[in-house]
Amino acid sequence: MSFSDFLKTNTVYLDGGMGTLLQERGLKAGEQPERWNITHAQAIVEIHKAYFDAGSNVVCTNTFGANALKFSEAELDEIVKAALTNAKRAREQSVSPQEKFIALDIGPSGKLLRPYGDLDFEDAVSLFAKTVKLGVQYGAELILIETMNDSYETKAALLAAKENCELPVLVSNAYGEDGKLMTGATPAAMVAMLEGMGAAAIGANCSLGPKQLRGVAEELLANASVPVILKPNAGLPKAVDGKTTFDVTAEEFAEELVALMEKGVRLVGGCCGTTPKYIRTLTQRTKGFAPLLVTDKNLTVVSSYTHAVAFGASPVLIGERINPTGKKRFKQALKEGDIDYILSEGVSQQEKGAHILDVNVGLPDIDEPQTLQTVVCELQAVVDLPLQIDTSDAAAMERALRRYNGKAMINSVSGKKESMEAVLPLVKKYGGVVVALTLDEDGIPENAEGRVAIAEKILQAAARYGIAKKDIVFDTLAMAISADTKAAQTTLTALNRIKKELGCHTSLGVSNISFGLPCRDAVNATFFALALENGLSAAIMNPYSAEMTKTYRTYKALKNLDENCAEYIGAAASFAVAETVSQATAQAVQEDFRSELGRAIVKGFKDKTGALTKALLKSTPPLAVVNDEIIPALDRVGEGFEKKTVYLPQLLMSAEAAKNAFEEIKAHMAISGGGAAKKAAFVIATVQGDIHDIGKNIVKLLLENYGFDVVDLGKDVPPERVVEATVCRRAPLVGLSALMTTTVPAMEETIRLLRSRAPWCKIVVGGAVLTQEYADRIGADFYAKDAMETVRYAERMTE
Amino acid sequence: MSTVLVKTYAPPPFCEREILRYAGCKGTDETLSALLQACLDEVKDKLVYKVCYIELPVRITDGLCDFSAFSVRSKHLAKNLRGTERAIVFAATVGVEIDRLIAKYGRLAPSKALLMQAIGAERIEALCDAFCADMEGETRGRLKPRFSAGYGDLPLEAQREIIALLDCAKKIGVCLNESLLMSPSKSVTAFVGIDDNGGTVYEANGRKCAACDKNDCDFRREI
Repeated sequence: MSFSDFLKTNTVYLDGGMGTLLQERGLKAGEQPERWNITHAQAIVEIHKAYFDAGSNVVCTNTFGANALKFSEAELDEIVKAALTNAKRAREQSVSPQEKFIALDIGPSGKLLRPYGDLDFEDAVSLFAKTVKLGVQYGAELILIETMNDSYETKAALLAAKENCELPVLVSNAYGEDGKLMTGATPAAMVAMLEGMGAAAIGANCSLGPKQLRGVAEELLANASVPVILKPNAGLPKAVDGKTTFDVTAEEFAEELVALMEKGVRLVGGCCGTTPKYIRTLTQRTKGFAPLLVTDKNLTVVSSYTHAVAFGASPVLIGERINPTGKKRFKQALKEGDIDYILSEGVSQQEKGAHILDVNVGLPDIDEPQTLQTVVCELQAVVDLPLQIDTSDAAAMERALRRYNGKAMINSVSGKKESMEAVLPLVKKYGGVVVALTLDEDGIPENAEGRVAIAEKILQAAARYGIAKKDIVFDTLAMAISADTKAAQTTLTALNRIKKELGCHTSLGVSNISFGLPCRDAVNATFFALALENGLSAAIMNPYSAEMTKTYRTYKALKNLDENCAEYIGAAASFAVAETVSQATAQAVQEDFRSELGRAIVKGFKDKTGALTKALLKSTPPLAVVNDEIIPALDRVGEGFEKKTVYLPQLLMSAEAAKNAFEEIKAHMAISGGGAAKKAAFVIATVQGDIHDIGKNIVKLLLENYGFDVVDLGKDVPPERVVEATVCRRAPLVGLSALMTTTVPAMEETIRLLRSRAPWCKIVVGGAVLTQEYADRIGADFYAKDAMETVRYAERMTE
Repeated sequence: MSTVLVKTYAPPPFCEREILRYAGCKGTDETLSALLQACLDEVKDKLVYKVCYIELPVRITDGLCDFSAFSVRSKHLAKNLRGTERAIVFAATVGVEIDRLIAKYGRLAPSKALLMQAIGAERIEALCDAFCADMEGETRGRLKPRFSAGYGDLPLEAQREIIALLDCAKKIGVCLNESLLMSPSKSVTAFVGIDDNGGTVYEANGRKCAACDKNDCDFRREI
């Protein structure tokens, strides 16, 4: 019987701990247990056999840390081969009668992925792929990815398995006391991502005892439509008289597991501290136990690296602001590679209550696949909302989905054959909930019947790719009522029918409805209410729109989706506060600046400077605002910093306040035409190997305030990239930052390369380990001990 | 004892003065205090306080510190451990969330990033102090000051062995990158000698700076 068939109807008994047993046999702390497959093969065979004898259906090879980071390729090959040989030998030797399978065991790489560590996602995929291929070559029958404490690494491992074999893949994560992975994902989020990618079973192992994992198991059971795995520790380790013991006995362990098997857990075993005795006790206690069959939970759900967002119970708001269409300032940011502007759009939408962020970076003269991938990754470093990947470029869609940490929303597929053939395979491979537009080769049907028929066609095509109905959300296309006054009715009827007759969730780009009309917010908000009443599950909307937010809050309160109207009451306070910010005063400030703007910058009131600048721009030319208000205020603070009467955080608060003022000026100029004249280009980077970038970001902020055209290359930047950027922009100034003594050589190498290929540039260095002496030794032009010094130097050099 | 054990602690009390010191401030004002408070509110429930550790025998001969599981050559560590027959090797972390916040604000509001970074530094130090105080009770010995790779002549390369010995990635999620930096960044590894012959009571913040001979350090405490 194949493992997949066995899994369908049986409880699967996995094995127990390996590490503790190896330690008993002499494995030392810090020694690689995987080498024991070769050096102590007999011991490994004995342990595997003991588990088979105890009733395990699946024994996992001793390959937890067998990866190409820890071993050379030749040794890795040898280890995986020996590991599978050992497991097979144990199976041959065991005479117990149950079905027996051998799983290739894959644990974490031992490295943290970017952006928190330095392992690139694709490198992680390749790393796991090597182990997977060897496992398949030497006869593994299934794969167990286990003890993963990072959702991103889990995705890399599962992707590697899926791309390199047809074996069933079980995926189990290590959850902490807080019921989340170390990097923050909840069980529901993991189920969304892993199920989407085709894991055969999903679960939890290690870190805690069965009692502490109960909550995690229950959350997995509530969300998973595949079997759930539970492989806990024998409680917590304690050192008693120089020996390690665990505080949960075999009997207690079995009792806890039985209780969870009765709730539906289908694959059971143990992790650290459990022994064949634990498995034997469990198999004996559950002889004849009738397992619960897995039911489809029928959840439409997307996830980020922390949490899941489900469709159905309450309307889902999808923020539409990360999109260049009709936004000059956004287009400018995209063209200039100003990712920070895009990130701040993401963060503000989250603050305004969006549940999902739509991400569209389509511009005619842009490398969309690369840009979309970059923006998605950068957004996922600062915003924990699920993203909706919005592109009509299939290559860009794949790049973004591959790198996305979670289960994304995908915008969109249509009833066109070409679209379905391009998009549906991606949905199947990477998982996701796809927005399906009810249009096809013949355009958008004028009536609801036509749109419902296209929806049915898309469902059939999706089913052929193995995509379930729950992973499709239909958009019945809101069209401008100014062009056709029946348009709203048609959209709503189609929406209602798809919801009721096809049982699918729906989404609308609400604001299209008011195109061509004055006072669009009012139309949008009323249409939004009507759509919600017709069963709309999600709206792509502008979270900054007060009207839309009011409708959303009111709708929830009226539909009994807001207990005690608490959310409504909480939000109502902000309904009343209209644009009063511009009247805000900074009277408490005694500074003698002519304008409030200058005073607000000195005081670091960054919430006020935007509105103050806007007001000032009505009567004052932008250049005067910069030269007469902002720069003098910045200088005042800068001087204070140099005299040590102002501390660094205060300097930064003023700089951020000034940045907000500049943002208004940029927006003003984007509309009135003509860009602000920037000073010289200044290339800035944290050198290769170093991931500290606070200092670099501080310098960047101040340089931008003083008008420099900062080209920020980020952190961990190879020397070649610094040179490339410097040459490409013919930048007269380069700033390099390093925090560690170990990365100063990388700084020196960067300077050497710059000297030969960009001999015109002046190089400023800074960072915790740098000194004047160090700077001289590695050949820098200037050592800046802080950000203000860099600004002053740059100004001197470009005068 | 030769097992790596794991402990999770309740959040030690926050010390705002320490945080400001790490942020390079010798004073504060209303706006700065409000910003710090906002950062503290945001960070409060997002940290973990985890330590994994092992107790090992110590034998010191001629600048070689032999912990039986592995050994390192360092005169300064040898001096630090002088007179002890056992030591704790530990790794501590406050988790990855603080890195997320530092990264987020590094892009959006560097003033907050700076404060988050200072909070992280204060938190991990407070965790190490809590752990050492706890260990002093458990080991029934007096603890010597913590000594980490990178101090004096103890090379940063020792991190590789420490991290492997403690099985850090699996136990508490701490990994080492190519430049020997730890991720999450607010993590510490250290040796702590256990002095079974009395000595001074472990003092959390007191002697740290006095024991260091880098007198021109910006962060030196004025005691």
